[in-house]
Amino acid sequence: MGAYAYRAPTNVEEALSTLAAEAAAGNRAQMLAGGTDVMVQMRSIDKGPRTFVDVKHVAEANELHIGDDEVFIGAGIASAVLNENDELKRILPGLIESADLIGSTQIQGRATIGGNLCNSSPAGDTIPALIACGAVCVIASPGGNREVPTEDFVTGVGTNVLESTEFLIGLRIPRPKGRSSDAYLRFIPRTEMDIAVCGAGVALTLDDAGICMAAKVSIGAVAITALVVPDAAAALVGTAVDDEALAAAADASSALAKPITDKRGTVEYRRKVVGVLTKRAGAIARDRALAL
Amino acid sequence: MSKQHVSTTINGDEVEFLCEPHQSLLEVLRDELGLTGTKEGCATGDCGACSVMIDGRLVCSCLMLGVEAQGVEVTTIEGIAGADGLHVIQQKYLEHAALQCGICTPGFIVATKALLDRNPDPDETTIRYWLAGNLCRCTGYDKIVRAVQDAAQNLAYEA
Repeated sequence: MGAYAYRAPTNVEEALSTLAAEAAAGNRAQMLAGGTDVMVQMRSIDKGPRTFVDVKHVAEANELHIGDDEVFIGAGIASAVLNENDELKRILPGLIESADLIGSTQIQGRATIGGNLCNSSPAGDTIPALIACGAVCVIASPGGNREVPTEDFVTGVGTNVLESTEFLIGLRIPRPKGRSSDAYLRFIPRTEMDIAVCGAGVALTLDDAGICMAAKVSIGAVAITALVVPDAAAALVGTAVDDEALAAAADASSALAKPITDKRGTVEYRRKVVGVLTKRAGAIARDRALAL
Repeated sequence: MSKQHVSTTINGDEVEFLCEPHQSLLEVLRDELGLTGTKEGCATGDCGACSVMIDGRLVCSCLMLGVEAQGVEVTTIEGIAGADGLHVIQQKYLEHAALQCGICTPGFIVATKALLDRNPDPDETTIRYWLAGNLCRCTGYDKIVRAVQDAAQNLAYEA
């Protein structure tokens, strides 16, 4: 019978040695970011003892860096902090709105994008948005940092590529250049604070004539993990992202979706709605890019 | 596992306490420190009854470990009123009858304080969205919104 413990390492090296020591002692270690999922799970479906390793004091996981070529968002940074950053909202509006959709003011004050990703729910709202904008997961590992594209991070319902001696430091996102923007939409039956029936993230780049040069589309809550939709992106590239192209992208998302029927919606409904969201998110991303 | 020692600041006072590593801040406030003004509603972050501020930011104390309070500034409902009486926000909740059973009220008042500290002149939509994480099963919310609007006007007048 193990016990609960709490550690607050202040840098990556210390955090890795904490995880290694816990693993060597046969203890379960769990990284703690905002805690808004972990605390609820600890009282319901997952009550076992463990050592919490708080990522919020790890210096590298608290960095928020907006560079010329890249944006880095540390795994310990609360959503409310991101949402109060006007530059970040301007550069990556879709990603920030996906984080802002999650939970109440109180939840926003603690919850993190990194935590949402590591919780690895099929309905995690930031995951399709991260995939669309090309985010790469920076993972601290005993052999040195390793990087994994967001679309390869989640492996199943609540599971991901992290080993017990590893943790997510943060996300590296290529800074959108020129007329590039993104958007994320989800459908819920109320106005806020609910779990996605389905969601869609679109990031795209337009040339000076308004023709789409590059696009990435990802959909959520319609399979065990968020999916990349290459055919939807292909339907947008080379077009002015007009109604016809958006309709083709919508069809591609609907075709790729493999949803289940549950209390939030049926297979048929989710398949239909995820197409609609793809179309609408694409139009929003286009209009944002045109306005730049 | 032995209890962990935590040094923190609560409502301006330096406080030290011992707690189990898995105890929530809410449990520590109520059961270890006797600060029972903060209420437990759902204990899953849905109702906002346990709202407190951590370094000025509104959070659910049920979703935070007590040990995470190390080195931060905690503001609870007990820290809202001044030495000379109720805070304007509390006074306006009373005047507008913005409470009935009262269980949600401490959380609403702390959430209102966090809002008005940040945005002294919020419109009704902003107020309703900001307070959407605080559930009240008695009032129907309208009286709460009026109390917040009136408090904002009074605070602006005083400033």
